Amino acid sequence: MLETARQYRRYEKSPVDETRAFLEKIRRDTFNAFITVDEEGALRDAKAAEELLKSPDAGALAGIPVAIKDNICTRGVRTTCASKILSEFVPSYDATVVRKLKEQGAVILGKTNLDEFAMGSTTTLSIAGPTRNPRDPSRTPGGSSGGSGAAVAAGLCAGALGSDTGGSIRMPASFCGITGLKPTYGSVSRYGLVAFASSLDQIGPMAPTVRDAAVLFDAIKGYDPLDSTSVPRDYTPTNLDGIDLKGLRIGVPKEFFGEGLNPEVEDAVRSGIAVLEDMGGRIVEIDLPHAGYGVAVYYIVATAEASSNLARYDGVRYGLRANDALDLGDMYARTRDMGFGPEVKRRIMLGTYALSAGYYDAYYRKASQVRTLIAEDFRKAFSQCDIIAGPTTPVTAFRLDEMIDDPLSLYLLDIYTIPANLAGLPALSIPCGFDSLGLPVGMQLMAPHFREDLLLGAGISFQDRTTYHQEGP
Amino acid sequence: MKITDDEVLHVAALARIRLDDDEILSLRNDLDKILGYMDILSSVDTTGVNPTHHPLPLVNAMRDDREQGCQELADVLRNAPQHDNGYIVVPKVIG
Repeated sequence: MLETARQYRRYEKSPVDETRAFLEKIRRDTFNAFITVDEEGALRDAKAAEELLKSPDAGALAGIPVAIKDNICTRGVRTTCASKILSEFVPSYDATVVRKLKEQGAVILGKTNLDEFAMGSTTTLSIAGPTRNPRDPSRTPGGSSGGSGAAVAAGLCAGALGSDTGGSIRMPASFCGITGLKPTYGSVSRYGLVAFASSLDQIGPMAPTVRDAAVLFDAIKGYDPLDSTSVPRDYTPTNLDGIDLKGLRIGVPKEFFGEGLNPEVEDAVRSGIAVLEDMGGRIVEIDLPHAGYGVAVYYIVATAEASSNLARYDGVRYGLRANDALDLGDMYARTRDMGFGPEVKRRIMLGTYALSAGYYDAYYRKASQVRTLIAEDFRKAFSQCDIIAGPTTPVTAFRLDEMIDDPLSLYLLDIYTIPANLAGLPALSIPCGFDSLGLPVGMQLMAPHFREDLLLGAGISFQDRTTYHQEGP
Repeated sequence: MKITDDEVLHVAALARIRLDDDEILSLRNDLDKILGYMDILSSVDTTGVNPTHHPLPLVNAMRDDREQGCQELADVLRNAPQHDNGYIVVPKVIG
């Protein structure tokens, strides 16, 4: 991305030619990374970027072709959430992150595939059909931002945006061998992100390298009055030179290396941590005693929030409507039956149950209390260390024909990614090695609130020292 | 714990989702299994622990009371399944 930006300025490449080349690659895409490709809009953006680049003030993203997960609103371009209920929805406004990218001259190529409403870990639960992993097309790219992950890994865009509620950026980043950042809750505006679980959702970048992810993060972060959970503070640009790891205290939670972790994943992550140590980092063993409860807490809190967020899909103002209804109530129920897929229904039911009279205290309230204990674990841990390192996922990408059809087993794949969402912390996944089949393994780094500088700095320095991120499919 | 068909139907009614017989059966099994797993939380002592509903201690977001533009009605109505004369049309509400 940064090299392309330099080539534009030396007139060795032009945004229009570059965009045409990406569009041509997308036309030949066999991984099903995109739901909608906006050729016309992309070429219009590219022409505008050529004008913008005549000014010395043009930013790093001017003319850079990017892709957007299809649960982020784009004015005039269909935004489906991979759901039948929104299959014809055309937003009348841009999400704040899209507006910011456009203002900085980025070229929006199109909208990428996901699990319906970002609920899933495989990018198979989509009206557009499954996305395949460019590392091995017989395998899942992970989810729910698997379309963005595959598009980046296959070189169909220079970078992409995803969203992460319980690991939906980091898991596909790990499975596809790319970099993905889940920013601090409140640092990137959620305005225009179709809500799944509002206290957990964050938009973030997915890119071939940490530097590229940092450029995208810098472009989208910042206070937004249109998002009432946006945090007003000074957002300084990331130092793209990386940081000196000498003396950096790296916490390694023993709870992240227990039962269920594939031994080959463990080996790769431990070797990644050894690189950080070799570069001067000091390893500190830490405890996150309540992290193991994260999956149970998450699938109560996230589904409870989803059950109320998704109440808006009632066939009245937008989206699908069942036409054969007897009355208004019947219209709601038939529309929602027709419009939602099985996993979305399952989660709405689970969340409605957890919030219903008689069960609220046992489920939702209890989960919210354990959420406090998980956040306190991190507060204590960060008094002993500067960043935390561990695996992103317990396994590498699995085969689409060996799909786990038991929902609970799929939920447990989120075990290492969920705690950062519950506590609102920033977390980065970077490639740190391969398993014996040559499938990429992701290492997850976590930091205190708003310390993306530490994550991205450490990630940049790590990638300057290693080549895992350059070993393509 | 055992979830009954009646409970599944009650929750579906609260969630305004019509379910067919196959869905009732599979949801009953899934909810039973998932909620059974959630029981691990009952072993955590949460006496005196305040619930967290939000990861950051945010207070109300206030803004100035200033006139500003809004979206075009035609753009917004474009997504409505049925509309007439600037109004969204729905099936009858009171039978």
